[in-house]
Amino acid sequence: MMLLFDFPLFPEQASTVARDVDALYLGLVALTGGVSLLIWLVIFYFAIRYRRRPENELAQEEEAPKSLEMAWTIIPTLIFIGIFLAGAYVYFHVMRAPDNALDVYATGRQWMWKFQHPTGQREINTLHVPVNRPVRITMASEDVIHSLWFPAFRVKADVLPSRYRTLWFQATKPGRYHIFCAEYCGTLHSGMIGWVEVMEPTDYQRWLAGGTEGSLASQGEKLFQKYACNTCHTGDNTGRGPNLAGVYGKPVLLSDNTTATADDNYIRESILNPQAKIVQGFAPVMPTFQGQVSEDELIKLLAYVKSLGVQATPAPAVESPRSFVTAAGSPNNPGAQPPAATTTTSTTTQNGTHP
Amino acid sequence: MTSTTLHDLRWIEPSKTRHYLNEDYGIFSWLLTKDHKRIAILYMISVSLMFFVGGFFAFMLRLELLTPEGDLLTSDTYNKFFTLHGVVMIFFFLIPAIPAVLGNFLLPIMLGAKDLAFPKINLLSWYVYMVGAIFGLYVIISGGVDTGWTFYTPFSTQFSNTHVFATTFGAFITGFSSILTGLNFVVTIHRMRAPGLTWFRLPLFVWSMYATSVVMLLATPVLAITLVLLMIERTLGVGIFDPALGGDPVLYQHLFWFYSHPAVYIMILPAMAVISECVAAFTRKKIFGYSFVAFSSLAIGFLGFAVWAHHMLVAGISVYSAMMFSFLTMLVAVPSAIKVFNWTATMYKASVSWMTPMLYVLGFIGLFTIGGVTGLFLGALGIDIHVHDSYFVVAHFHYIMVGGTVMAYLAGVHYWWPKITGRMYPEWWARLSALLVFVGFNLTFFPQFILGYVGMPRRYHAYAPEFQVLNVLSTAGATILAVGYLLPMVYLLWSLRFGRKAGPNPWGAVGLEWATTSPPPKENFHETPVVTWDAYDYPAFLRAMGETQNV
Repeated sequence: MMLLFDFPLFPEQASTVARDVDALYLGLVALTGGVSLLIWLVIFYFAIRYRRRPENELAQEEEAPKSLEMAWTIIPTLIFIGIFLAGAYVYFHVMRAPDNALDVYATGRQWMWKFQHPTGQREINTLHVPVNRPVRITMASEDVIHSLWFPAFRVKADVLPSRYRTLWFQATKPGRYHIFCAEYCGTLHSGMIGWVEVMEPTDYQRWLAGGTEGSLASQGEKLFQKYACNTCHTGDNTGRGPNLAGVYGKPVLLSDNTTATADDNYIRESILNPQAKIVQGFAPVMPTFQGQVSEDELIKLLAYVKSLGVQATPAPAVESPRSFVTAAGSPNNPGAQPPAATTTTSTTTQNGTHP
Repeated sequence: MTSTTLHDLRWIEPSKTRHYLNEDYGIFSWLLTKDHKRIAILYMISVSLMFFVGGFFAFMLRLELLTPEGDLLTSDTYNKFFTLHGVVMIFFFLIPAIPAVLGNFLLPIMLGAKDLAFPKINLLSWYVYMVGAIFGLYVIISGGVDTGWTFYTPFSTQFSNTHVFATTFGAFITGFSSILTGLNFVVTIHRMRAPGLTWFRLPLFVWSMYATSVVMLLATPVLAITLVLLMIERTLGVGIFDPALGGDPVLYQHLFWFYSHPAVYIMILPAMAVISECVAAFTRKKIFGYSFVAFSSLAIGFLGFAVWAHHMLVAGISVYSAMMFSFLTMLVAVPSAIKVFNWTATMYKASVSWMTPMLYVLGFIGLFTIGGVTGLFLGALGIDIHVHDSYFVVAHFHYIMVGGTVMAYLAGVHYWWPKITGRMYPEWWARLSALLVFVGFNLTFFPQFILGYVGMPRRYHAYAPEFQVLNVLSTAGATILAVGYLLPMVYLLWSLRFGRKAGPNPWGAVGLEWATTSPPPKENFHETPVVTWDAYDYPAFLRAMGETQNV
């Protein structure tokens, strides 16, 4: 915003929520700065005006009026509640992703960020997103807790090894902005950084057309066969496992007569800890895949199950011609997906360059 | 004679007779002492040592951060240094500093008692602290620990291969020292007040210490439990926090902050205790709104238990619990604001002295105000999402912990130095160091607010080049701050031998500690005092003193 010298005193403002966060921040700076200044001036005035002199060796005693005490108890309380409300108002914007957001998946590991696009692109420490379009990142960690922070977008969320979390942003200015890990994660914590490239829609389309190994869902389908999931989840009602078609996003009746929504975390848990929630009418026979399926592969399996889900219902409006819904089930790269993605293989882009 | 003036009290010839320092000689008269005053001295030596150990790490961090590249230390060393800085400063300096040094020395005297309720437990708590501290020093010598002082799982239990066990065990042990001190203080305040010393005649120092002690008693066991669970998972592989073993890493954060947020109040309430005493003494006035200040300490202690998850607003708690904790965080700011307003109002039509302790008080109010209002920024959810785990947070809690607690500790050490040692410190050197501390502190930490908002994450060994100018300012400030902290070490030690001898009440202040000799006798008072005055009631106190001297 302002470059007073050759170093920034204020971060780049490059997302829709950044404006709200900055307005709240600057408002608070003005309010609290003003009040603090007033207090310091009063203290300074008293300290000089009533400095100790021979004629006032002892202070005059004043009776404390209770009204004054009540005033500076109640007024700050009301102001603080006002600050809470303003903060909560902005928070709701930051937390609620629009329905038409573009999905991106992120995996944190010591010490890099891996991003996967529904169309199959994978990148490390670089994330390409289109400008003026909401992007929702679904993320998990392979090891310790990390935290994905985009200072220019004013959003951040811890990335957990135990479940999926999401954050979203809508970039407003094409450009290149920092990605930082904000939760201390070990030796190279300060090296767990990258760049988000915000691109004009046409540039983004050109980038999407670059090399890929097929959509995430199609890669997930291959994994579904590789891990022999299809021997039980046969896709009809004869299998030992439930039919996954149309399950995603729907309530599932469990064996204890409760229901759970088949969201991202439910599917993740069903793969890693199948005994936690048993679908009614099925035996608890599924083995755990904890330690066998990597976070990257989980994301692909999730994308596959998601694609099964939307086949049964009308697809939501998605603007991208190569969004992950429409691209599902169109394998254009028959090569087998390497298991447990290593850090150096098969990434389309690295270090901020792209084909 | 009722015309005793403050001037008379100040210049009474110091006691030539026996006092707690010359009562006994020899190393065992110290190591086996049950005298709360001598135990306070033992604590003072220990925490001062730990302060300079922790300060050394801080200074090395600042030197490393002069340049964006990680060039002075390796990443592992840097990570160990910020961890050790945090562990040493929090567990071995900030938590015990004011309660165990000033509280130990003053609480029985302020109550008109001969000692704490359990003198042997008091000595035990120092030994327990020392055992914990030796674990800490062992970790430093044997290779360090790199988890951050928060020991977040699963990094601490499954991934770090440094001395996590020894460090957490040290912190675990030291916790018992806090618990014992808290217990001792609570019982002493309830049971050992002098005749006439009703609850509402207690100095505000005692009220704050009482609130601190209750928090210590209730919160510290939770830390002990948490650290035991951590040690079990790390050594035995029992899944509690590690998701790979079926645990929940966010559970660890809930448990840890359930202690560590109240621990913030264990550190700041005693600071407020000292500030209230110094404001009364150096304005020669009754603290404005005594009962409001007293109850605000209890309110802080109580509400402090209900805000822990504001450390976790981006860690994966639900939107609704984030809302609740944000709201409660706003409420806990109210009693702190009340105190600042009351201290300010006390100066109205007062007799304000500009002696060193008062300079520290003015510094405290200024810095604590900044620390407090930036807490509102962090409590406001929309802003916290951006600045969480950034340098903004680092600046905020240093304004509270260093700008607040360390300033108050220095105010208290200077204020009670004549009582503790019987000697005056050199006033002009002390004023110079107060000025250096204030300027150095602001130069060190104010740029960090800007750094955080611009986007520098905390705990970064190397950083983006555009952050360098602010980091250089910060390191320059740290250098000034270091001089400001080293100076008192020199002149206070110098004053032990060469300082002017102090009378019983060199400041002309009100309080039982100023009604006995400097240094006090082993039993604190030659005869049990009877309290006939309200806290900070100068005329009544002077009348009472006049009568005592005329007996």
